[in-house]
Amino acid sequence: MLTGLTSTRIRGGVHAEERKANTAIQSIVTDFPLPKTLYIPLQQHVGKPAEPLIRVGEQVLKGQLLAYSQGMISAPVHAPSSGVILDVNDYPAPHPSALPIRMIVLATDGKEEWLKTPELGDPFQLKPEDISLRVGAAGIVGLGGATFPTAVKLNMGRENRIDTLIINGAECEPYLSCDDRQMQERSEQIIDGVRLMLHGMETHRAVVAIEDNKPHAFAAMSAAAAPFTEIEVIQIPTRYPMGWDRQMIRYVTGREVPVGCRSSEIGVTIHNVGTAYATHKAIRHGQALVSRVITVSGGAVARPMNVEVPLGTLITELFNFCEVDIQQTARIVMGGPMMGDSLPHANLPTVKATSGILALTSAELKSTDEQPCIRCASCVSVCPAGLRPLDMANRIRVNQLDAAVDIGLKDCISCGCCSYICPSNIPLVQYFKYASGEVAARQQAQHKSEQTKRLMEARQARLERIAQQQLEDEQARIAAKKARERLQAEQQESTA
Amino acid sequence: MYVFYAIISLTGLGLLLGLLLGIAGKYLTVESSPIVDELEAMLPGSQCGQCGYPGCRPAAEALAEGNAPATLCPPGGSALAEQIALLLGLDLNLQDVQEPELLVARVSEATCTGCTRCFKVCPTDAIVGAPKQIHAVVADACIACKRCVEVCPTECLQMHPIEITLRNWRWTKPKLSVSESVPC
Amino acid sequence: MMIHHKPSSGAHIGVNKSVGQIMRSVVFALMPATLFGLACFGWPAIFLFIITVGSALLFEAFCLRLKGRAIRPVLDDGSALVTGWLLAMTLPPWAPWWIGVVGAGLAIILGKHVYGGLGQNLFNPAMLARVALLISFPVEMTTWANVSPLFFSQSPGLIESWQITFSGLTQLDAYTSATTLGRIKTEFSQNRLLPDILSDYSAVLNFIGWTRGSLGETSTVLMGLGGFWLIREKIIQWQIPLSLLATVALLATMFHWFDSDHYVSPFLHLNSGALLCVAFFIATDYVTSPNTPTGQCVFGVGCGLLIFVIRTWGAYPEGAGFAVLLMNSATPLIDHYIRPRIYGRDRKGKPLEIPK
Repeated sequence: MLTGLTSTRIRGGVHAEERKANTAIQSIVTDFPLPKTLYIPLQQHVGKPAEPLIRVGEQVLKGQLLAYSQGMISAPVHAPSSGVILDVNDYPAPHPSALPIRMIVLATDGKEEWLKTPELGDPFQLKPEDISLRVGAAGIVGLGGATFPTAVKLNMGRENRIDTLIINGAECEPYLSCDDRQMQERSEQIIDGVRLMLHGMETHRAVVAIEDNKPHAFAAMSAAAAPFTEIEVIQIPTRYPMGWDRQMIRYVTGREVPVGCRSSEIGVTIHNVGTAYATHKAIRHGQALVSRVITVSGGAVARPMNVEVPLGTLITELFNFCEVDIQQTARIVMGGPMMGDSLPHANLPTVKATSGILALTSAELKSTDEQPCIRCASCVSVCPAGLRPLDMANRIRVNQLDAAVDIGLKDCISCGCCSYICPSNIPLVQYFKYASGEVAARQQAQHKSEQTKRLMEARQARLERIAQQQLEDEQARIAAKKARERLQAEQQESTA
Repeated sequence: MYVFYAIISLTGLGLLLGLLLGIAGKYLTVESSPIVDELEAMLPGSQCGQCGYPGCRPAAEALAEGNAPATLCPPGGSALAEQIALLLGLDLNLQDVQEPELLVARVSEATCTGCTRCFKVCPTDAIVGAPKQIHAVVADACIACKRCVEVCPTECLQMHPIEITLRNWRWTKPKLSVSESVPC
Repeated sequence: MMIHHKPSSGAHIGVNKSVGQIMRSVVFALMPATLFGLACFGWPAIFLFIITVGSALLFEAFCLRLKGRAIRPVLDDGSALVTGWLLAMTLPPWAPWWIGVVGAGLAIILGKHVYGGLGQNLFNPAMLARVALLISFPVEMTTWANVSPLFFSQSPGLIESWQITFSGLTQLDAYTSATTLGRIKTEFSQNRLLPDILSDYSAVLNFIGWTRGSLGETSTVLMGLGGFWLIREKIIQWQIPLSLLATVALLATMFHWFDSDHYVSPFLHLNSGALLCVAFFIATDYVTSPNTPTGQCVFGVGCGLLIFVIRTWGAYPEGAGFAVLLMNSATPLIDHYIRPRIYGRDRKGKPLEIPK
C-alpha cells in the first residue's frame, strides 16, 4: 500500500503466488533414464550459431565438441552423452513458433563414456585469461535464461575493473525451484564456482543474493561461504522481478545501470547460481556443459520435480517421466510463468536456457478475455522499469509505433508484471513484443528501400554509361568510316 | 448613410486585398512545389506502378495535391504511410492498412534457359547470371516488382512469399474480441 | 489435447481481480451508506434509487446496442451499475423520477459513450450528470428532504411516497429544508455569524448521517468506513483521498484560525457534505484520475483546493462536483508532465551518465 514510502531500491514488481513448494521440498532427481535420441540445437545462446565439425555416422564421447563457436559472441556445443551422430538438419526449435532450426541428432549408446581430459592442478594458479578460455570452451552460457556466453562476460569483467560480482540466487519466477535446490544441495560447488569466477575476473568481492523465501538455500550457502571472506551471502526481499539483473544491481549496490550500457561499465557483473555450478564443473572436472537441472511443474504434472537431464532431451520424455496428463494441459510453457513463452507441442528439445517446463491447466492460466482498459494504472505502479504500459498499448493498438517507442517501448524488459496485474486481461507484453518486432521489421524495410534506391541509381548510371559508350563507339565508327572514305578519295585523286 | 459608407469601404477593402492576393499568387508562385520532391525522395523510386500512377513522381504529385491517400504505396507499407502523413500533416488511421505481403522472385532451375531477358529488366540488378547459364535471384535485393515474371518466356520465374524462419518470425498483434473492439 | 497452438507470451498467470470484481467491491463499499440513507429517507428515496440505477443500466444496454456490441458481458462488468449507483447517491433523495432518468442518461450517454465507452471518458460520468442537473434544474436539485425514516408515523406512506416521486408533491416544503452547508451560505447573505448559525448544529448526528442531504453526503462514518475498506483491499490508492482531505482540512484550519466567525471549522468541513464520498469514491475513479502516485497527489490537492474555494467563496454551497470535473480536465496534463522515471534514464528520458 505504501508504495511511495518503501525503499526506492525496489520499484514496482508484484508478489505472485509462489507455487514452488511441491518441487522445492524434494531433492534433485538425477536418475533420469537416458533418452535414446538427443536433439541438440546449434544455437542455444545469444550470438552466432555454432558451426558443426562432426560428420553423420561419427562416434562421439560424452563432452566431446560437436560444434565450435563462431565469432566473438558465440558458444560451442558438446555431446550430452556418448553415441553416434544420426543427422545434422533442421528440426522444430523450442520456440513459440516451433519453426525449424539446425540441430545435431545423437543416438545414445547408453555407455555415458566421458571424454578423457587431462588432470588439472590448482586452478587458482591458472592465469585469469585461462579461466575464461576454459569456461568458453566448455560452452557455458548464462543459465538463468539469458544465455549470454559467460566467457565474454568474464572478459568484460576483467577489462572493466569490476568491484562487485553478484550471484543471482533470486529465482523470482513462480513455480521454478531449480536454483533453490541447487543452492541447497550443491552449495560448496557453487561457492567454488564463484571463487573461480572471481579469479577469472580479477575481482575481490562477491555477493550472493537470495530471496528471503528460500531460508534453507540461504543457510546452506552461508555455511559454504563462511570460510571465504570475499564472498557475502545476503537475503533480499521476495518480490518479482527481483531476479532482473538491473533490479538486483540497484538493490544490492544502489547503482543504476544507464540505458544502453552493460552492467560491467558501472563496475558490476551478475551471474546465475547455475552458471557458477557449471563453471565449477568445467574448471575442476574439465566437464563441458552437457546437462542442466530443470523444474517440471504445473497443475497437469502428477510428479512435479527438479530433474537433471542431458541437454537435447525431448520435452515429451520429460513429461512421460514426470507423468504429465496431456489432456489436462492447456498450455506448455518453457521458463517461468511470468516471462516464459508458450510451446505449441512437446516434441521439442530442452536447451541450455530451459530452467523450467510447465504444463499448466486452464484453471491456472490467466483469462484471455480481453476487456477495455479502465486506466486503473495498476500496470504503471507494478512496472519495474518505470514505464506506462497502458499508454504504450493504446498507441500500439492504433499502430502508432513511433509514439510507443517515444514513451519507452525499447526500455520494456517483458517481465510480465503488467500483464499479470491487468484486471482487463489485456495481453500487454504481447503488444510490446509485437511492436518491437514490427519496429525492427520497419527498420529493415527502410534499410532495404534505401538499398534499393542505391541499386537503381547504380543501374541507371551503368545504363547511361553503356549508352554513352555506344554513342562514342558509334561516333568513332562514323568518324573512322569518314576518314577511310576521305583516304580512299585522296588515293583515287592521287592515282587519277 | 452610415450603412452605405460601411458597405462601400468594406467592399473596397475586400476588392483591394483580393487584387493584391491575386497578384501575389500570379507572380510569387513556386514552379515546382518542393514538397513533391521531398515526397518523391521518400517513395521507393522503383516506378513499380502498384499505386496506380505511372511512376513515383506522378504519385508524389498526386499526394501533394491531396488526390491520393497517404497509404497509396503498397511496397512502402504502414511505415511509409506514417512518414507521408507526418510530412503532409494528415490524420492517419492505420488500423485498416494491409501490410504488403512480402514476395520474392525465385528461378525454377529446371525450366530456366538462360535467356537473360529477366536481368535486363530488373530495376535493382537483383538477378544474376550470364547467357545460357541458369539465373538466380538475390533475395535481399528483390523488390517484388514482377517485371521479370512478365518477360520470362518459360514461366520459370515465379513470385513466392518470403519464407518465415526463426529469424524473421514476429509476434502477432493481439486481436480484440469482436464485442470489445476499441473505437478511436 | 487441449493445448492452444497460438503463441502466447507471459504472464501466463495473473491476479484474480477482474474489472467486474473491482466494480462489485466498490458497490460493496457503498452498500452501508446506501442502505442507511435509504432507511433514513424512506420510500421516495428507494423509488428514486431504483429508477436511477435501472435507467443507467438501460441506457448502457441501449448504447451498446447502437454500437452493435454484445450487451451481456459489458453489463456484467458492473461499470454502468457503479455509475448509476454513484449518481443516485448524489441526488436529493426525494427528487422526482425524471431527475433520475435524465441524470442516468446524461451520465451514460453524454458522460461515457460519446467518448467511446468505458475507459475513454475525460470526465467522471456521475459528476458530469450531477452538475448538468444542478445547473438545469436548480430547484429540484436543492430541495432536501428532512430525515423521515421508513415505517415512522410522520414519514410519508407508500402512496404518498409514490406521489412524491412520480407526480411531485406540492406541499413538499413541509418536509424539506436546506443542508447545513446550504444554510450557512444563505444565512451569511443575511449577515449572521457562524456561532449564531450553528447553534443547533449537531456534530454527532451529522457524523452518523441523521441529517438532510443526498445518500452519499449524510453519513460521514459509513462513507469513511467504505473508503477505508477499499484502500485496505487495494482497490483504490491512498494518495487521492489523503491529499484531498488534508488540503481541505489544512485550508479550513488556517482560515478558521484567522476568523472563526466567517470560516467554517475544518471539522465541519470534513464532517459535512459529500467530502468523503468525493474523496474516496468519485475522485479516485480510475478512468479520470492520473496514473502515477505523484500525479494522484497533485490531483487530490487540486480537488481539495477547488472544493474549499467553491464552498467558501463560490455561489454554490457544495463545490465537489465542479472541483472534480475541473481536475478531471487537468488529468491528461498531469499525466503528460508527471510520469515515472524510466530505469536507467533521468527524468527527461536521457540515459544516465556512467558514474566515475
